[in-house]
Amino acid sequence: MAENVTPRVRVPKEAAAGEVITIKTLISHPMESGQRKDKEGNLIPRSIINRFTCAFNGETVIDVAMEPAISTNPYFEFQAKVPQSGTFTFTWIDDDGSTYEDSKDIAVA
Amino acid sequence: MRQTLRTGAARVMLGLAGSAALATGAIAQEANLVIDGEIEIVTRAPAPDHMENVSEIVSGWEYRSPETQAVQMDDFENPGMIGVDNARADFSAAMGPDGQSCAACHDNPESLEGARAVYPKWDETKGEVQTLEMQVNECVTERAGAEAWNYTGTRMTEMIALISSVSRGLPVNVAIDGPAQPTWEQGKEIYYTRYGQLELACANCHEDNYDNMIRADHLSQGQINGFPTYRLKNGKLNAVHNRFKGCVRDTRAQTFAPGSPEFVALELYVASRGNGLSVEGPSVRN
Amino acid sequence: MSYSRRHTLAMIAGSGITVMLGARMALAKSAEEMIAAFTGGAQITGEGLTLTAPEIAENGNTVPVEVDAPGAEAIMILATGNPNPDVGVFHFGPLAGAQMASTRIRLAGTQEVVAIARMSDGSFARAAQEVKVTIGGCGG
Repeated sequence: MAENVTPRVRVPKEAAAGEVITIKTLISHPMESGQRKDKEGNLIPRSIINRFTCAFNGETVIDVAMEPAISTNPYFEFQAKVPQSGTFTFTWIDDDGSTYEDSKDIAVA
Repeated sequence: MRQTLRTGAARVMLGLAGSAALATGAIAQEANLVIDGEIEIVTRAPAPDHMENVSEIVSGWEYRSPETQAVQMDDFENPGMIGVDNARADFSAAMGPDGQSCAACHDNPESLEGARAVYPKWDETKGEVQTLEMQVNECVTERAGAEAWNYTGTRMTEMIALISSVSRGLPVNVAIDGPAQPTWEQGKEIYYTRYGQLELACANCHEDNYDNMIRADHLSQGQINGFPTYRLKNGKLNAVHNRFKGCVRDTRAQTFAPGSPEFVALELYVASRGNGLSVEGPSVRN
Repeated sequence: MSYSRRHTLAMIAGSGITVMLGARMALAKSAEEMIAAFTGGAQITGEGLTLTAPEIAENGNTVPVEVDAPGAEAIMILATGNPNPDVGVFHFGPLAGAQMASTRIRLAGTQEVVAIARMSDGSFARAAQEVKVTIGGCGG
């Protein structure tokens, strides 16, 4: 299992009803590609985050299938519509079955 | 090649005037590097007096592609800030027999604002020039009674990134005279000594040929005001002595060890070549 | 994670050899197969997909790319010159504010990056850009 995996998300605290906002996410993860060899020449097994999802009040914003060609410390930027006040939930799913989660509330003024 | 000459003074003028202005025949521009729209970074400045062969000092940021530059302009996008966050948590973590922590003496990381800018620095008690890493380890071992941290290990490099991050925008200002002078002279000697099978001195690339291309890479002045630096090539924060080691190794020489007196001296000298640039770490480079 | 220069060179050398052996066709086909699986064999006729990537990437380990296709349900990104060409697929839900996304990807060398968008009307659009991946100065 990857160590020290820490999700970071940036979501505005407030929005107008129906407003489109920009969300950025960054998670610390080596994204071991399975292509590299260690010092002894043995292949280092693949160990990546293979899926990322963002939902708002349970409804999908974006759902990303990720391959080893996504860089170390995966970064995503995308846009979400905010119909009303609620909570964004972010989930990253690791090859080893671990999930990393974060959430952010947003208020519609 | 850059056609424009921008000086720190020109930028200050511009900051006051708020519009494009001509200064000493050169085109003045806004500060090129502003982090999070707040922290203004001086990336070009007049060379300090002790530098005989260079008139303007330039941050390595200026040599990178627009895409790489952009990553450093937003702390959220800068993956080096992950290390800063880790160190922030570590700052108050208990260590040693009495459960001491950085925070026990220093309250919060912000209280160390300014420290990065003046290290390496003469330590009167120890009677030697100390790098920031040596100072951290002095705290860890002598104050907290804990085991020393690996000089270029992740924990140390992240802590240095944190201490550096709270000084961003402040001018690098290491002392090169007084008791530090012999160490500085030693560092200067190393800077101009050719090493390895390729017989290359630091100066051959970073003084004689900065702004030229070395294969596909745009050679910088080898400034260290941005360390620790997050490198795209290895996806992690890199300690300055590891960078020195990489350079010396590439001359096909046996390198000095991180934390060695030679690299401490070299760090003081190279840092002094950046006196006047802003502290930038954790920076983002290729 | 640390990708040494030697490793990068090995990857690039490896891809060079496959080119010489004519195996690049196989790699390209593999990307083509992935596109076929994504489109279900449908013709790619539409426009309206923008792929933004640097012409020259300073380091192949971290290359910023952005895809933007108003009205898309999903966008697939392929790095046609990688050992495994697939990079990822963005699926946009009902609360996507726009059908666009940015990320950072790994490119094993200079190559064409391709994006395919599946539009909500069932049509497909394609965009491609060559990205030159530079090899560092002396690898330090």
